[in-house]
Amino acid sequence: MALIDLANPTRFVSLAERVLPWLIGATAIAFAVGLQQVYGAPDDYQQGATVKIMFIHVPSAWLSMLCWALMSAAALGTLVWRHPMADVAAKAAAPIGAAFTFLCLVTGSLWGRPMWGTYWVWDARLTSELVLLLMYLGLIALWRTVEDPSRASRAIAVLTLVGAINLPIIKFSVDWWNTLHQPASVFRIGGSTIDPSILVPLLVMALAFTLLFVTLHVAAMHNEILRRRVRTLMLLQAQAAPGSAT
Amino acid sequence: MSALLALFWRDVRLAVRTGGGAGIGVLFFLIVVVLMPFAIGPDLALLARIGPAILWLGALLASLLTLDRLLAADHEDGSLDLILMAETPLELAVAAKAAAHWLTTGLPLVVATPLLGLFLNLDGRTGLAVALTLLAGTPALTFIGLIGAALSVTLRRGGLLLAVLVLPLTVPVLIFGVSASNAAIVGPLPFGTPFTILCALTLFSLVIGIFAAAAALRQGME
Repeated sequence: MALIDLANPTRFVSLAERVLPWLIGATAIAFAVGLQQVYGAPDDYQQGATVKIMFIHVPSAWLSMLCWALMSAAALGTLVWRHPMADVAAKAAAPIGAAFTFLCLVTGSLWGRPMWGTYWVWDARLTSELVLLLMYLGLIALWRTVEDPSRASRAIAVLTLVGAINLPIIKFSVDWWNTLHQPASVFRIGGSTIDPSILVPLLVMALAFTLLFVTLHVAAMHNEILRRRVRTLMLLQAQAAPGSAT
Repeated sequence: MSALLALFWRDVRLAVRTGGGAGIGVLFFLIVVVLMPFAIGPDLALLARIGPAILWLGALLASLLTLDRLLAADHEDGSLDLILMAETPLELAVAAKAAAHWLTTGLPLVVATPLLGLFLNLDGRTGLAVALTLLAGTPALTFIGLIGAALSVTLRRGGLLLAVLVLPLTVPVLIFGVSASNAAIVGPLPFGTPFTILCALTLFSLVIGIFAAAAALRQGME
C-alpha cells in the first residue's frame, strides 16, 4: 500500500478501524511487559525508588520531540504534495505532543523535588522543553483560531517548519546560556553509562510509549476525519434549511 | 528595484506621517522601563545589574506592539493583494516592508536606549553597548515577527495570537542580546563571542523570515 492510497480519507478510515484493535492490544502488552520490568528493576543506590520516575520521564521527553518531527514531515507533505491526510496528521499530532511535553515537565519536576530539592531550576534542558511546550500551545491556538481547516493547515505547516528550524537553535542557545551562569552541574546520562538492569526496562517502556503515541495518533486522525465530515454535513444542512439565503 | 524602493519609501512615509507608529513604540518602551523600578524598588546597584535585561525586554515588547500593523493595514485597504499579484518577488516585497518597519519602529528604540539606560543607573558607555546589541538584534525581532504577522494577517482575532506565536521564537535573540550586553559591562567573557552569534541570528532570521512570511501570505490569501 503506497502513501498515495491513503490520500482517500474513506480508505484511511477503514484501514484505521482495522488496525486500531491490534495497536491497542500491542500497546497493552508492551505496557504490561514494561511495567513488570520496571517493577523488577533495582533501585538506585543514591536515589532510591524515585529513579523509577525516569521510566515515564525519559520516554515522554523522547516522544515530545518525535512528535514535532512527525508534524514537520506532515507539514512538508501539506506544502509540497498537498497530501490531504498530511494536515489531518499534523492537526491530530499537536495536542498529543503537547500532552507528552507536559507529562515530561511534570514528572521531571516531581523527580526534581526529592533529588535536587526544588521543583524547577533554569537548567538548559528544562528550559528548552518548556519553550517546546509553549510552541505546541501556540500551534494549537492557531489551529483553533482559523475556522476553515484546509486553509489553516497550510499556514500552520509554515509555522511548524519554522519551529523545526528554530528548536535546535533554541536548544543550542539555552545550552550556551546555561553554561554561562551555572558551571558543570548538568545531569548527564550517556546511554552506555546505564546498567543493563535499568536500560532494558527503559527501552521496553520507550517502545510502549511509542506504541501508545501511534495508537492515539491514528485514533485522533480517525476522529478528525469524522469531525470534518460532520462539519461538512452541517454546512450542507444549514444551506438547505428553509429561510437561508441561497 | 525601483518598485521595491517605492514600496519601502511608501511604508516609511506612511509610518512617519500617520502617527501612532514610532512615537508610540518609544513611549511604550519608556513606560516599561519606568515601571520596572516601581516593581523592583529603587535599589541602584540592583538596577544597574539587571538594566540590560530590562532594556532588552522593553524593546522586545515594544517591537511586538507594532507588529500587527505591519501587514494588516495593507490587507484592509487591498494593497496587499496588489503586492501579491505584482511581478516583484513576494519575498523581496515583504523584506522591503520589514526593513521600512524596522527603520520606523526598531531604530527609534535603539536611539532611545542610551537615554533610558540612565534611568537604570547604566553609565554612558554601558548604555551605548546595550544600544549596539539592540542595533544588531532588533532586525531579528522584526523579521521573526514578520512571520507571525503574515500568519495572522487574515485572522480576525490575530493580535494576541501573534504575540503567543512570535515570543517563543525570540528566545535565542534575547539570550544572546542580554549576554552580549552583560559581557560588555562586567565580563568575564569577551564581548565578541555572543555579539557575533547575535549578528548571525539576525542574518539567519532575515532569510527564514522573508521566505516563511511569503509562503504564509501566499497560502493565507488565496
